This record gives sequence, C-alpha cells and structure tokens, in this order.
Amino acid sequence: MQVKRKLEILADAAKYDASCASSGTERRNSRDGKGIGSTTGTGICHSYAPDGRCISLLKILLTNFCVYDCVYCVNRVSSNVPRARFSIDEVVQLTLAFYRRNYIEGLFLSSGIIQSPDYTMEQVVEVARILREEHGFRGYIHLKTIPDADPDLLARAGRYADRLSINIELPTAASLSALAPEKDGAAIRISMARLRERIDAGKDKTVSGKRPPKFSPGGQSTQMIVGADASDDRTILSTSADLYGRYRLRRVYYSAFSPIPDASPALPLQSPPLVREHRLYQADWLMRFYGFESHEIITGEQGMLALDMDPKTAWALQNRAMFPVDLNRAPKSTLLRVPGLGVRNVQRILAARRVRAVRLDDLVHMRAPINRMLPFIQLPDHHPGATLDAASLPVRLKDTHAAPQQLGLFI
Amino acid sequence: MQPRSSWDCSSRALMHNIYLKDETDIEGWRAAARRLIAHGITPQEVDWYVGPARDAAVQADFFAMADDATNLPAAPSSIVDQENNAGIAPPNIFAGQPGIPAEGRSLMVPRQFVELVRSVILHCAPERFGLLYRVLWRLQQERGLMRLAGDADVARLNAMTKAVRRDMHKMTAFVRFREAMVEGRPRYLAWFEPEHHIMAAIAPFFIGRFAAMDWTIMSPRMGMRWDGNMLHFLPGGKPGALPAEDAGEALWMSYYRHIFNPARLKLKAMQKEMPKKYWHNLPEAELITSLIAGAGMRTQAMLERAPEPPRRKVIGYQRKPRRPDIAGGNE
Repeated sequence: MQVKRKLEILADAAKYDASCASSGTERRNSRDGKGIGSTTGTGICHSYAPDGRCISLLKILLTNFCVYDCVYCVNRVSSNVPRARFSIDEVVQLTLAFYRRNYIEGLFLSSGIIQSPDYTMEQVVEVARILREEHGFRGYIHLKTIPDADPDLLARAGRYADRLSINIELPTAASLSALAPEKDGAAIRISMARLRERIDAGKDKTVSGKRPPKFSPGGQSTQMIVGADASDDRTILSTSADLYGRYRLRRVYYSAFSPIPDASPALPLQSPPLVREHRLYQADWLMRFYGFESHEIITGEQGMLALDMDPKTAWALQNRAMFPVDLNRAPKSTLLRVPGLGVRNVQRILAARRVRAVRLDDLVHMRAPINRMLPFIQLPDHHPGATLDAASLPVRLKDTHAAPQQLGLFI
Repeated sequence: MQPRSSWDCSSRALMHNIYLKDETDIEGWRAAARRLIAHGITPQEVDWYVGPARDAAVQADFFAMADDATNLPAAPSSIVDQENNAGIAPPNIFAGQPGIPAEGRSLMVPRQFVELVRSVILHCAPERFGLLYRVLWRLQQERGLMRLAGDADVARLNAMTKAVRRDMHKMTAFVRFREAMVEGRPRYLAWFEPEHHIMAAIAPFFIGRFAAMDWTIMSPRMGMRWDGNMLHFLPGGKPGALPAEDAGEALWMSYYRHIFNPARLKLKAMQKEMPKKYWHNLPEAELITSLIAGAGMRTQAMLERAPEPPRRKVIGYQRKPRRPDIAGGNE
C-alpha cells in the first residue's frame, strides 16, 4: 500500500481525538545547526480545517488495526473501515517532511492495540526515539499512552515526548465498562497517577540542585466523549474536576460524539449538539481560571448547562443578589465572576484603578463586551438600576449566535 | 500624505518634520523623540515621515536646526535649562518640575512602554510614530498612564501591538515552504505577505527552527534568505517564482482532506483563526470549498447507513488479568 493511501486511512482514524495542542512544553531550538525544530510556549496552529479544529500536529495512528471493541470508536475490531499500518520509518519520514515545509509543529502519535499493549507501546515509543536520537528532532511530540502497557515503557515515552495522554473516554466507570469492555477504568487512573508522579519529579530540583531527567515537560492530558452515554454535564464536570485535582492534568478535552463511518448499532442515533461541547469547554475554563467550583456551574435543568447562554452569564442570572459589582472596589475573585469580563480585562481593571477610577469609557476602549456586562456592574458613571432585576434580562442575554448555527448542521 | 510645510502659518505653529531612515527605524525614532522631548516640542508640532526629506527647506537634519536656537520657539517662561548647551528654553510643561529630564538624562519611560515601542514600530499605520511620541510626551507627566488600558491612546497602542504580534504569529503558522534541488542541495522557498513590517523581527524564529536548512522567504516589501550560516535581506519580490507543487505537498493535501471531520462544520471558528486573506498562500485552502460542499451528504450517508455485521472474523479479546505491578498502584 502506498504511503499516501496509508496516510488517508490513518488520518481518518485519528481525527476523533480532539487534542492538537503544541503548547506548554519547554522552549527549544536548533540554532546550533544540529537537528531540526523548535518549540514555542504557546504552540502554533498551522492550519484550520472546516470543522473549526486547529491543525498543529501531524495527528495519525501508527495502525488502526485494533483488538479492542469499544462501541464509540471508529477503529473497533468489529468495524468494517479500511485498515492500514505505517512502518516506523514511514512515520518518521512523514513527520520530518511535513516539518521542513512548516506544515506542522510536530507529531501526535496514537495507535490501535495490536498483538499486545506492550508491543504496541514499544512501536510508538520507537518512533519518538528515532525522531529525537537519530534525527535530532526538537519539535513537539505528543504520544498517546496505553494504560495497560509496562510502566517502563511509559517511562521511556516520557523521556521523548513533550506531552503524554491517556483517554479517560467516558465520564463514569459504568459507562466505560458498558461501551469499552476491554478497557480497565482503574488501570487508566492508576497510569495517570504514575504519570503525574514522574511529571512532578521531572520538574522538582533535587536537594543537590541537580535537574532530574525531564519527563513529558508538557504534562498529560485526556479526552472524554460527550453524548455517547447518558451522563449529564454535572457528572462530566465533576469527573473533570476530579481529574484536574488528582492527576494535575493540563487539559481535559471534550469530544462531542459525532456520526462515524460504520457506526455500531449500540450507539445512540442522535449526536449531541456541538454547542454542548462548547459550553463544557467554557465551564472547564471557569473551573480552571475563574475560581468556579464544578457544582456551581450547573444552572440548567436536569444537571445540564444552559445551551442558549454562556455558563458564567447563566450563573450570574441565578445569583443576581451578588450584583452589581463595583469595578473600582470589588476584589479580583469577584471581578472574575462578572459576565463578559475575561482574565485579561480583570488584570487591566486592577492595574488601572490604582491610578484612577475606571469609567464606562475605559471599558469601551478596552473593547470589553459592554452589553453583556452593563446589567451586572457599577461604575462612577453607570448603575444598572432596575435592569438587573428585570424579568426580561435572561431573554436579552441569550446567545443569539450559538443556537441557530447548530440547527443547520445536520440538514 | 503630503508633508506639511515646516512653517504652518494657519496655526501659527512651527512644525517639525522628522524623517526616519526606514519603516522600522526604532533608533531614529528614539533619538528624535528624546530630543523633541528635551526641547519641549509638543506632539502637535511634529510630523513624522519615512524616507529622505522631501522639502528642500527642511533638508537639513532636524537636529541641526533644533540646535540652532533661532529655529525653535522661545518658551514664554524662559527658564533656561542648565543641561542645554544651545541655550534653548524648555517649554512650560517642564518648568518648575524637578525630575523632568532634559536631553542626555533619562526620560520617564516605563518598561511597558519600551516593549510597546518595539512592536508598535512594526505596525503599518503611518500614525504610529506620532502616537508613540504623544504617549511618550504624556508619560512625562502622567506616570501611571501605561496602566490605564482604558485610555484611548494606550488602548490604541495595545491594539496595534496585538495586531503586530498576531501578524508575526500567523507568519510562523502560515509560511509554506516548497522544495527545490539546487546544485544537489535542497532549498526551501516560500512567499508570504505580512500585513506589518515584521520580516526582520520574525527572522530569529525561522533561524531557530530551520538553522540547518537553506531557506528563503519572499514578500512584496523585502525578502530574506538563510544560507545555513547567515541571514541575507533581499529586495521585495513578486509571487509566482516558487517551484511547482510536488509529491510532498500532495501528501499534505491528503492529510488535510482526511483529518477533517465532515460531521462537524464550524466555519466561523475556522475563519476566525485562518482568515481568507491568508488563503491564497495556503495550498490546502483550495480544498475548503469542496470539503464544505460535500460535508452534508457524507454525514447524511453515515447516519442513514444500516449497521453491518463485521466482514472479518472477530475474535473476542481477552483482557489479561491486571499486572501485579499496576494492581499495586497508588490510587
């Protein structure tokens, strides 16, 4: 089979993994003229597909042959999709060729399980080793790790990779055993805990001040499929909160289950609206950067996030007694809870009000989303008055962009 | 924009025309701004130009004139600045204010401003030089100015620096090299059209990443070539001098086609990050229209297709008992 055909099959097989991040790792370059590549702090998205997703890394599977039969997965053993397998050298050469042309930041390599978890993991690690050691590749490498593989193999993976990930797949252990019978939820979490230990150890300086060998400097991440089981948003977010807290994950990716070729009859026919995925990401951000607890964020019925407005606005509407917030006096933690006010503008307000009072004009110049903010804030030249308590406020604050765009999707 | 006469009778003000060496002449701007401040010349009295002076009357170096006391307005208060050997009276704004420096001493320049100058100077808007000078002028009195993100001038500077950084970031993302063999050695060639004057500023990124390669990036205003050891700046060029697309690019096109998930169209999200103005230099962009057009039918086909039994023999996978070393994990 030609490399081009393999690439088609194995990119098709890889696209349901949402992550394409090339951020968060150490900074490197190849200014010394040896090898090739560099990394930046924030990562670079080299292209975007019409599905709105960033293309930063060459995201492929080593093979989509797989002995597992996970119901939601396009590569499950019982699916009739075409199969292919790259040789290790083919992946290495493709990565380098794409990198030299500035198409990508690096490689995100995953694989179906063939023969055994150990055998598969060994192959994946070998690709990374050859790139690093034989070609001096200093770009980004993200390896999907197989939780059942030998811990020594995971340790080797962490030496070459910038980021490691193990997919939690589903929000609850019950869903996992129903939909992914071969996967072991406890083993997934145990492996995450092991990775965390090694990642933490790679960051600490030893007593003698020596740097330990680096280990996955970009940390670890995971992915959860949304809408393939009946879990509500409350369950999803509390699982995320638990994962962030317990294993110090850099990111939890949410992947709205979408129609796949040759889907299993055991899957729900209806895929969740994409806007649900979007709201989960917003809620995730609120937990990580805005000081919200997972249980506060759910304001909709039946444990779900409201689809027609962002979760911060929805929260504010249910907690109107806490508003209006005086932008010139409120502490940072309160400013972060004002709808429309992002982390950056909060910092700007804090800096500005040490010099003089912040007024409405300042917000206009800062290009803050004034209309969303005004009902909730107080300034020397603005008070929301009755608008804050008006019964019509929720209607006014509905997100008119998100919903209609979704309706047209599956026509 | 026509240079204003150095004597603008209508406003009865003396206009000072500053001619900078080139679009990113940060040293020239800094030297001029420093001396303008020292002489108390208000932002309204200065016009900034790039290139050689066009008005014969002001051909002479501005500062030669500036140091000639006859050419500068006498400040009414006539407080003579000790530092100024030319005996020029500083303007009212500095009068009686200790700590306001004259030429040769350090200006009131917060670190954030210095950083902003470095990126704002790369912006394409002609008013950037004047805006920077106005903010520098205001900083001499308004010490907290840089912290006021809501101030109109500061907000404009912030917006300009954001635009420049975005342009630089997009250049690191969207440059696409094509490969050509020249005398048995691969050379990598790209055409890119940055919006702002960022070519020299972005060069270190490409050197740090592709130091062992021989690469050239051309743009309308200037080009640059890294030969593996040295960076050479070249005059601007025209598109179309690139090698033809080849097998390497065809593989990239295949990848783009197949990493796309037709069941989730999000065109706004795509265009927000990859605006159409970049498309004509991105080989994969020519696929976008057909991918969008086919997405609905492909998704419908997936939804309507009746599940099929596996065509291959599926042997149930037996999970081995959890390894003892994993079972003893630390959960």
